[in-house]
Amino acid sequence: MSDEKKVTILNYFLTEEQQMIVDVARQITEEKIIPQRAELDENEEFPTGILKEMAQADLFGLYIPEEYGGFGGGCFDMVLALEQFAKGCVGIATSFAASALGAYPILISGSDELKQYYMPLIASGEKLAAFGLTEANAGSDASGIQTTAVLVGDEWVLNGTKQWITNAGDASIYSIIAITDRAKGARGASMFVVEDTDPGFSYGVKEKKLGIRASSTRELIFKDCRIPASRLIGRQGTGFFTVMKTLDLSRPGIASLGVGLGQAALDEAVTYAKQRVQFGKPIISFQAVQHILADMAIQLEASRALVYASARHIDNGGNDVSKPSSMCKVMATDMAMKVTTDAVQILGGYGYMREYPVEKMMRDAKILQIYEGTNQIQRNVIGQALNKEYSR
Amino acid sequence: MKIIVCVKQVPDAKDVRLDPKTNTLAREGVQSIMNPFDRYALEEGVRLKELYGGTVTVVTMGPPQAAEVLRDAVSCGADDAVLVSDRAFAGADTWATTYTLSQAIRKLGSFDLVICGKQAIDGDTAQVGPGLAQRLDIPYTAFARKVLGCADGIIRLERMMDDGYDEVEMNMPALLTVVKDINEPRVPSLKGKMKAKKLQVVVMSAADIDADPECLGLKGSTTQVVRVFSPEFKAEREMLVGTVDQQVEQLFSKLEPLL
Ligand SMILES: Cc1cc2nc3c(=O)[nH]c(=O)nc-3n(C[C@H](O)[C@H](O)[C@H](O)COP(=O)(O)OP(=O)(O)OC[C@H]3O[C@@H](n4cnc5c(N)ncnc54)[C@H](O)[C@@H]3O)c2cc1C
Ligand SMILES: Cc1cc2nc3c(=O)[nH]c(=O)nc-3n(C[C@H](O)[C@H](O)[C@H](O)COP(=O)(O)OP(=O)(O)OC[C@H]3O[C@@H](n4cnc5c(N)ncnc54)[C@H](O)[C@@H]3O)c2cc1C
Repeated sequence: MSDEKKVTILNYFLTEEQQMIVDVARQITEEKIIPQRAELDENEEFPTGILKEMAQADLFGLYIPEEYGGFGGGCFDMVLALEQFAKGCVGIATSFAASALGAYPILISGSDELKQYYMPLIASGEKLAAFGLTEANAGSDASGIQTTAVLVGDEWVLNGTKQWITNAGDASIYSIIAITDRAKGARGASMFVVEDTDPGFSYGVKEKKLGIRASSTRELIFKDCRIPASRLIGRQGTGFFTVMKTLDLSRPGIASLGVGLGQAALDEAVTYAKQRVQFGKPIISFQAVQHILADMAIQLEASRALVYASARHIDNGGNDVSKPSSMCKVMATDMAMKVTTDAVQILGGYGYMREYPVEKMMRDAKILQIYEGTNQIQRNVIGQALNKEYSR
Repeated sequence: MKIIVCVKQVPDAKDVRLDPKTNTLAREGVQSIMNPFDRYALEEGVRLKELYGGTVTVVTMGPPQAAEVLRDAVSCGADDAVLVSDRAFAGADTWATTYTLSQAIRKLGSFDLVICGKQAIDGDTAQVGPGLAQRLDIPYTAFARKVLGCADGIIRLERMMDDGYDEVEMNMPALLTVVKDINEPRVPSLKGKMKAKKLQVVVMSAADIDADPECLGLKGSTTQVVRVFSPEFKAEREMLVGTVDQQVEQLFSKLEPLL
């Protein structure tokens, strides 16, 4: 665990309020997450109790406007909290982050009525949210979605199956996208709020995963699922627009999971390298080991700087947010994969064993390069943005 | 329900040392914290408030810097904070402490419940809770490990005993002191921290609580600490050597005759 009294970190000029968020999130991580993470991972158990602690500390409302019972913060505030949680466990941090992912579509495009009703429930942590985009034939290519919504009288009727949805089965509020008019192509999809108790709505079995095993991942199954017409998020046909805006806002959060995870792995690696004696010396005295650690530290701090700068750009109403949002996601999550793998290397055989936390860190890192758009897709986004910028 | 929680600022146990020359606590550079048991007292107060409505007021007697523990308490859910502070209170023993606290609490008006920690980790007497109840002339239960419920002016709870627990009922207003089994204290909340930052701590002096000067501080104390010292380590010791199995065997043969 990093002892920030000892470790020199760069001064990012946090406000008093931002430092408060860091302190509260860190305390939860140290006192509640770290003591339980190995057991929750081993048992693939959903972290209900820890999410309740986060709720009690007002963290579920971090990014939600005060008028809806939140703290009124932005993307950067989420980044700060998620970084701390990820130092403890990316699985638990993912469960927390996925609720925001489910809330963003309503915040971004929802009617005031939807916001008035759902935001206070999500802000207080009383209800968890989730986000349903992916389907069996629609991963990177969102245009492949087959779930449909048809307006019958004053109800929408949904049919189809969403797959690998984080928090599915544990959340109560789902923002999902469905085709409302296939002929309209990119303008043919719309987003809806579905509730746990809606008729015709059920879940598939819980997936067994490589990492983030404290998070839950299931299918959402819609069989003539009927919801009131008022649950349409925004105007009909704006589904893909809302999804893109949502992901622009959420990706720096995934990036900060990479930063927190990378920090935790570096902390473990340096601490171990100072203690482990081989050939009569602590292994940190070998330059080959020092260089691995140095590279870890360089990549980590560079990633943190890019994530913070991107989140601040977004919060300050910067334009073309997709590019920085994608850039920081790629950099910080590729870094996390590399740094956690290096941490296992530094710990050698001990690193490979479950008694030490780094094997879990390495398993947890992989998902960050895949979900919320694979890192290949992020590079596509960045490439397209460059092409556009240089055509102006 | 109006709930009063008594909290004490204590030196962090990790840092405590006695100055070998003066035999007093070496307080320089020692971090001050909320007495750990008082965190559980506060949490129980906040939970009862959440369950039954009302307010939680934290009270501490101490020097001006004890306001820090009050802010800490507010960030964890307390509504108001009162610092009972005056040079005249210095050197108080538990007799004078309970007098001072009881005078302050009377000034706060009517209340339903006073909650204290089981004991303070520095003074360690565990007398303040029970003593305070006597002064306020209300029933008390020490070592509460669970509150079963409050209804019709009666609080029901479980009191931890060496060999199990008692179920106890008291008429309110009442006082309890709590053990750590009673709950799992929460971490501070963001809104709590914001509130704590802006908090105006109410300070009550000897005059504010209508105290009789003869009953305060050193003057009002019926006991005095004559000497504080680290016990000298005189016990003979012997190191057992060999493999773990051999050491266990040696230890066993030494202990066996004593059983
Ligand atoms: C644990 C977990 C949790 C998840 N949670 C959610 C959730 O809460 N909500 C949700 O909607 N989804 C969720 N997902 C789905 C996730 O977002 C998708 O897995 C991801 O978008 C990739 O889709 P795919 O797996 O179908 O991969 P595919 O799209 O099939 O991609 C396979 C490979 O091909 C590459 N590739 C594909 N197209 C291109 C291209 N054009 N150029 C270059 N390379 C390409 C990809 O990068 C990848 O390496 C989750 C997934 C997992 C594993
Ligand atoms: C450095 C030092 C010097 C001392 N010198 C003397 C001395 O000269 N003569 C002497 O008789 N005693 C002395 N004491 C002891 C002093 O009497 C006690 O610290 C004090 O009366 C409280 O008793 P306690 O710490 O045993 O609390 P306990 O009775 O163990 O505490 C039980 C509970 O009572 C409440 N409580 C206790 N104190 C307070 C407070 N101040 N404000 C609000 N709530 C409180 C808390 O809820 C606490 O959990 C000294 C103590 C220290 C640390």
